[in-house]
Amino acid sequence: MRLTIERSALLRSLGHVHGVVERRTTIPILSNVLIRADDGRLVLTATDMDLAMQERAAADVTQAGSTTVAAHTFYDIVRKLPDGAQVEVRTGTEQGVLQLRCGRSSLKLSTLPSEDFPVMAEGELPYVFAMPVDVLGRLIDRTRFAISTEETRYYLNGIYLHAAKQSGKDVLRSVATDGHRLARVELPLPPGARGMPGVIVPRKAVQEIRRLLDDAEGEAEIALSDTKIRVSVGDVVLTSKLIDGTFPDYERVIPFANDKPLRVNVASFAQAVDLVSTITSDKTRAVKLKIDKDTLTLSATSPDSGSATEEIEVAYRDGPMEIGFNARYLLDIAQQIVGEDAEFMLSDSSSPTLVRDDADPSAVYVLMPMRVG
Amino acid sequence: MGYVCRDCQSTAAPEDGRCTACGSGRILAHPELDGLTIAHLDCDAFYANVEKRDNPALADKPVIVGGRKRGVVLTCCYIARRYGVRSAMPMFKALRRCPDAVVIRPDMEKYRAIGAEVRELMRAVTPQVEPLSVDEAFMDLGGTERLHGGSPARTLARLARRIEADIGITVSIGLSYNKFLAKIASGLDKPRGFSIIGRAEAVPFLAGQPVDLMWGVGAQFKAHLVGDGIATIADLQAIDEATLVARYGTIGSRLYWFARGEDERTVNPGRERKSVSAETTFEDDIADHATLEARLWPLCEKVSARLKDDEIGGDAVTLKLKTARFRLITRAVTLGHPTQLAETIYRAGVHLLAREINGNAYRLIGIGVAGLVEAAHCDPPDLADPGSLRRAAVERTIDAVRARFGDDALVKGRRFAAHRNRRPE
Repeated sequence: MRLTIERSALLRSLGHVHGVVERRTTIPILSNVLIRADDGRLVLTATDMDLAMQERAAADVTQAGSTTVAAHTFYDIVRKLPDGAQVEVRTGTEQGVLQLRCGRSSLKLSTLPSEDFPVMAEGELPYVFAMPVDVLGRLIDRTRFAISTEETRYYLNGIYLHAAKQSGKDVLRSVATDGHRLARVELPLPPGARGMPGVIVPRKAVQEIRRLLDDAEGEAEIALSDTKIRVSVGDVVLTSKLIDGTFPDYERVIPFANDKPLRVNVASFAQAVDLVSTITSDKTRAVKLKIDKDTLTLSATSPDSGSATEEIEVAYRDGPMEIGFNARYLLDIAQQIVGEDAEFMLSDSSSPTLVRDDADPSAVYVLMPMRVG
Repeated sequence: MGYVCRDCQSTAAPEDGRCTACGSGRILAHPELDGLTIAHLDCDAFYANVEKRDNPALADKPVIVGGRKRGVVLTCCYIARRYGVRSAMPMFKALRRCPDAVVIRPDMEKYRAIGAEVRELMRAVTPQVEPLSVDEAFMDLGGTERLHGGSPARTLARLARRIEADIGITVSIGLSYNKFLAKIASGLDKPRGFSIIGRAEAVPFLAGQPVDLMWGVGAQFKAHLVGDGIATIADLQAIDEATLVARYGTIGSRLYWFARGEDERTVNPGRERKSVSAETTFEDDIADHATLEARLWPLCEKVSARLKDDEIGGDAVTLKLKTARFRLITRAVTLGHPTQLAETIYRAGVHLLAREINGNAYRLIGIGVAGLVEAAHCDPPDLADPGSLRRAAVERTIDAVRARFGDDALVKGRRFAAHRNRRPE
């Protein structure tokens, strides 16, 4: 194998795929990235056996071939090479060695045979649909903060993507919950997704997909079966196993019947929560909301650091109410709200609260209150 | 010379060794009596004496508390000790020495509750109580003289009487000017003892003692020291600190100061509990998954009961297993929220246990909860588990029934799973 590629192109591709490689792994070849060169392109592949990422980049290939090298080392080296330089990558000069040349630098990396690199079988992916990358990005952003990290409930460690009916229309829904809060976002069901199974996309795949979307344009293509998902964005293809489990019946816990609306200006609300929460203890992060007429008083006390109060103007017609929330959960939701105002639908101080985005009725957030003194 | 009658707390000088007020012969007499404030209180043969208290028929019988088949002696009463039975001795050996002994399975729950009662009485005397275990603690009575209208020695004599009268067990007390010596003193005159080591006699007293009287000197280290020509504390007193540190490291410095009766550690009541756990050693090793799960459940109930008693809960669950070859395995998981429910602890425990089922036989299983917080933060309603509130309500109902009718009034079927699923052996 022999090829030449511009350093920035190589770095960009490696930057995408090396994130998949776990820092610590018991199987040596999983630390490596597969490098394949043919027909004027370089293809890089990395996998952790649950998730595989493949990226193509244009390169000047003089001799086709393939090998594997340690992904993080390769990435660190390319990162340190001068910007704009041409990198020559070749094997065959020495057994078990990949040679890198760039200007006056010359490096040798030990390789493992590409035949040993595990290939993730995709199987058939019968449901294929596409959406603009920014739409997919928003779908992820507005749900992923609620993904649980709880190991015992592995079926919550991802985003539940499924087709549903909303007011007679078919929608694609993305839902995540960790038991304390829940996020549900939907968009019109793309053609091709009709009849798709409900799938749970694992956290790591969600993160890697989101990373790819940052510097991408155009559309992302999604293909899935009930065990695998494949997302193609530009020159990158990501394939992941899905979580084999049953997502809880979340519809039952969304309190659509709550009847006490509270409207807040999101910016001033978030600013007040942020300020007051500085006082809260790390463990609970409890902020108390006291609502009376059109005034919301946020407060927090901590035996160690003191107390804080801030008042903001809101729109609220019902009787006085006191309710506590985890400040971080409030901020997570506030961050995802695009409109100027948010509407909290309250019931009482121990029941779940519904939060809606004024500018985007398709997003629904549910927040469990916490007891405050 | 200061005096205190241990029975009526009179401080009058005795006549012919008897208290002039009540005639008792149990008189504390010591020149430094009024100046010593650090005490160590140790319950006498605690588990055994609790069992005797609860069953007077045992009063004049040798009693051993411990596991039956392959357990060890946890505690034995003073009658059993006369036959040569000692704690930590394998049960078969103990029974060979004392075949008539009554062996009682430990009821840790009961001992813990009574230990707490003792501690409560201690805290009524001073807030400076540092528990070392369920049945012993340090106390610092400095500054309590005016409050209690007398010297610490007098207050402690009254406390010991009160523990006997209110709780029905006896204790031994050591009084000195630091923790090291107070702990030694409490062991000098057991049972129902009260010993005092003052500043003047500390060094000569220590000189005659073997080195393993000191904390941190176990059998192995003692052998090492004896090999170096240090058998008594007097031998240590003859060596300078630098030499001891050079030879034995940081512990050398402690040996140097302890040998001179010096210990700067203060009584620290702030030693908070970090976790709550329970474990059990099986009569026969177990490899079967269902049987292990069935043995895990009552432990979860036990841990949960203690968390509920103390109005706390935690979010870190640790499973402990010991293989037939004595290899210790611990596995931990963090929950999404703190809990005090047996059901939730059990679910986490089962999750961890499932990965350790591989044909290995285990001799011990245990479960613990750490990351402790107040009960108010435990078991919040769960959006991802709409059944959680109902299960919590069921568990609290069971707790309420048990509180009224006893622990066996209502049990989950899972406790019996072992019998149903037991494979032919």
